[in-house]
Amino acid sequence: MLRDLLSRKRSSIVEKWFDLLLETYPEDTSKFLRREKDPFANPVRNTILQGIEGLCDEILKEDESPEALNAFLDKIIRIRAVQDFSPSQALAFVFFLKTVIRDVLGKEIRENHLHEPLLLLESRIDEMALRAFDVYMGCREEIYELRVGEVKRQREAAFRMLERSERAAKKRLEKQETSSRDAD
Amino acid sequence: MNALYALFAVVALMLLAFLGVSTADLNVLFGAIVPYAAVSVFLIGVSYRVLKWATVPVPFRITTVCGQEKSLPWIKSSPLESPHNGVYAALRMALEVLAFRSLFRNTRISLAPDEKSIGGKRIVYSSNFFLWLGALAFHYCFLIILLRHFRFFTEPVVFFVPLLQDLDGFFQVGVPGVYMTGLIFVAAVGYLLLRRFSNPQVRYISLAADYFPLFLLLGIAGSGILMRYFFKVDVVKVKELMMGLIGFHPVVPDGIGSLFYIHLFLVCVLVAYFPFSKLVHMAGIFLSPTRNMANDNRAHRHINPWNYPVDVHTYEDWEEEFKDKLIAAGLPLDKG
Amino acid sequence: MSSEELDIKPEELLDFDYDPPQKDWMDPSVAFRKGTYCYSAAPKNLEYLGLPNPRDWQPHDKDWKLPPDWKETILDGMKDRLSKFRSFQLFMDICVRCGACADKCHFFIGSGDPKNMPVLRAELMRSVYRNDFTAAGKILGKLAGGRELTEEVLKEWFYYFYQCTECRRCSVFCPYGIDTAEITMMARELLNLVGCNINWALEPVANCQRTGNHLGIQPHTFKDSLEFFQDEIEDITGIKVNLPINKKGADVLFVVPSGDYFADPGTFTLMGYLMLFHEIGLDYTWSTYASEGGNFGLFNSHELIKRLNAKIYLEAKRLGVKWILGGECGHMWRVVNQYMDTMNGPADFLEEPVSPITGTKFENAKSTKMVHICEFTADLMQHNKLKLDPSRNDSLRVTFHDSCNPSRAMGILEEPRYVLRNVCKHFYEMPENTIREQTYCCAGGAGLGTDENMEMRMRGGLPRGNAVRHVQMKHDVNRLACICAIDRATLIPLVDYWAPGVEVTGVHELVGNALVMKGEKERELSMRGDPLNEMEDDEDV
Repeated sequence: MLRDLLSRKRSSIVEKWFDLLLETYPEDTSKFLRREKDPFANPVRNTILQGIEGLCDEILKEDESPEALNAFLDKIIRIRAVQDFSPSQALAFVFFLKTVIRDVLGKEIRENHLHEPLLLLESRIDEMALRAFDVYMGCREEIYELRVGEVKRQREAAFRMLERSERAAKKRLEKQETSSRDAD
Repeated sequence: MNALYALFAVVALMLLAFLGVSTADLNVLFGAIVPYAAVSVFLIGVSYRVLKWATVPVPFRITTVCGQEKSLPWIKSSPLESPHNGVYAALRMALEVLAFRSLFRNTRISLAPDEKSIGGKRIVYSSNFFLWLGALAFHYCFLIILLRHFRFFTEPVVFFVPLLQDLDGFFQVGVPGVYMTGLIFVAAVGYLLLRRFSNPQVRYISLAADYFPLFLLLGIAGSGILMRYFFKVDVVKVKELMMGLIGFHPVVPDGIGSLFYIHLFLVCVLVAYFPFSKLVHMAGIFLSPTRNMANDNRAHRHINPWNYPVDVHTYEDWEEEFKDKLIAAGLPLDKG
Repeated sequence: MSSEELDIKPEELLDFDYDPPQKDWMDPSVAFRKGTYCYSAAPKNLEYLGLPNPRDWQPHDKDWKLPPDWKETILDGMKDRLSKFRSFQLFMDICVRCGACADKCHFFIGSGDPKNMPVLRAELMRSVYRNDFTAAGKILGKLAGGRELTEEVLKEWFYYFYQCTECRRCSVFCPYGIDTAEITMMARELLNLVGCNINWALEPVANCQRTGNHLGIQPHTFKDSLEFFQDEIEDITGIKVNLPINKKGADVLFVVPSGDYFADPGTFTLMGYLMLFHEIGLDYTWSTYASEGGNFGLFNSHELIKRLNAKIYLEAKRLGVKWILGGECGHMWRVVNQYMDTMNGPADFLEEPVSPITGTKFENAKSTKMVHICEFTADLMQHNKLKLDPSRNDSLRVTFHDSCNPSRAMGILEEPRYVLRNVCKHFYEMPENTIREQTYCCAGGAGLGTDENMEMRMRGGLPRGNAVRHVQMKHDVNRLACICAIDRATLIPLVDYWAPGVEVTGVHELVGNALVMKGEKERELSMRGDPLNEMEDDEDV
């Protein structure tokens, strides 16, 4: 029953959720994010919208696929993990879904006494939040790995340069020895 | 807030002209002295600005290149986007000034549903051209309106004025005939103003100095339209006044109506304000080094008038510093 | 973004205040949050170059240890530059704040920070200009858009002008051609006057001044490295390529960015050059003195550009070559194309460049006497002077990233594409508004490509990464080709984060793969040492 209601109202849920999420950006930015629809001129909007839609569809399913959930969460969080947000600000959007569902379906839920399914649904959203935390940490770890990777690449390049020098020095030494032997 | 300051300033100016003419009887001031002063300020100010820019040297050729350079003969170059000589640079500038080429560049991509493509969507390219259109309409209408006004400044009226009037009033709506440019002008200025309010990015960057000219222009256009279509002023006397001004024999006929003086005063303010504001972009664009230079740096040497010698680590010093290492590596030395 | 905000109770999380502080942009405020800015330049580098105010400090310090007369120094510096650069004077005056540039900056698109809109980045300086250099600003102050230069404003300058990669994308869209790169360059010159510089941009300058290249590689090590690549090539092809260094009287002096003989994947590109020159029998030479084509001076001041760049002509003269050939590099070509001849020319001791193989006159380089390697190679290919086997690159599905400077400060768009199409069969373009003159930056140029700035780089790299991801999904693209040494370093983490699975490559690495050399053994390995027929599997790692 709740699921039917949800799928009927999917588009307004997506829209409201997306709107709330965009409001976490500075006003001047959120309007740009909303207005500019070119996926290459405004990758943030496009990618986050894809993520939101995907998550909505997954949560509508009987049992969501963890891989799909992670993939859609990743779309959104990968961006927010590098933007100027604290972890709580970056991830609060997951909980917005609760607000949105109560907002959009509040009347129907009360009329049809769907509180129990609602609680179940909300605990699934909580689960999604936990997942989101993992994804966020994964992204942050990736950034640090990229940092370390860059330092490592430089160090490795420096080592290799040193190796090349040592190899050349050895060669020169050998050459000297042969020539001095020849001289003897 | 910035917009309010600007609106307030324009309203105050209108009141000033109205009260000056209707109650204080300062017709001579507003009909002769102010126009002369404004034009003087304009001429001196703009000359000063342009001279100031022109006397600042252009040390480097920093063309912004927007297309394939001219290189190998079989590679197609884009001379208008990457001009390789002065002629093409001038054409590029003409395209910029006459057609606002760069503003037109805002290509947009959207995903349109398409069953044949992967994911059911295909890419559609389009040009987001409202800013371009608004700006273009605004500037061209301004030009035509200005030229139409030559009927007040010339006797006999120059040939292009009736031509423009005919074209502009082509649809022959109403009496007197409605000029399209007047309407388009107000619409375009309205759009540019609205955009400053509604587009958050633009609102964020807008200063009082951005709103002020827009309100001023609306005031000018508004008073002009009122004069032409609603509260008629004595056109013969207006022309008498204008011809007097042009011929340096100012006469200020009685009974023209204060609306005219408001109109004239706002125009004077615009003209006098011009050199001190961003409106000088009109003159500035011709001097913009990224647009008015050819992209031929490698073919023709550009001279920097203040080029000065700098501290360079010369080869001799360098060889001295790394001598041992050069010898060890078996690399030749200049100083044996 | 501090720790007190982390002490949120769960129920409060839903009551979060999402409205941003409604502050005017004129109120300066910068939080130096780790990951979003570059560290300060080490005093030893300033001392070596003779730059003012060397000291230990960091941008996140409260006290920046500015000299007491810092404000005067900056304002005097501004006055001086306003009278020397028409670009600066004009760009301070004529902006109408139309907003056409606002959403064109990769840092704005990726970060959403309004001060990354090019117009506002410039306004940070323009406001000070209006306050101190215009009549209206002096009288009306803030109402005329004026703003006093305070220490907070200076910090803001540092944050945002070292957050611009001088890519010039905004300049393409500006109806007056206002170039934020030009304003950023002025801002950085001014910041340099009071010792506010970043190490990643300045240390290479100090190194280059001393040793001849950004990485501080000394002549013997330079030679050892090239000899090592010579051996690598012999392993792959069975041919020992010739390796002329500091050879007097050679036809051509060849200059590359030092990244290409320092680290992968630039080294593979360099091996491509070595093979190509050997195969066509070019009489050329490397130089240990002018062992850097790149020029990090560009990211600090005009004077530093000139100091570093001077070595190329000096060396060409000393060695007595006829003309100069330059490798794949982005900002190097901005300097060569827009500054070198003016600063250090005229190069009247050189000859107008002519390809000794095809006889082609490079008339577009007749004054500078320096030819881009892609022009040179494209000409060879057009004259059928190279035997190529593009099937060796069959496992690669390639797209091309136009680097900012070669596209917007030079206009070399077709040559690299022509070369790529000749050496690989699978080539796919990214969407139109992300390439050519509209190309998106790698977000690590202009001296910002350091690890401590990684978060900011990922923000700014999103538009490029997104376009790469698009062709990766659509065409299975697995190689991102470019003609820029900074790109070859900075795009690696960018694609790792935004389009994992794509690798970065120089154009001449692919030329090296495809080049059929006289007397070579059966090629089994790519330039990377991967088995040619199994390379595809490696791509998935």
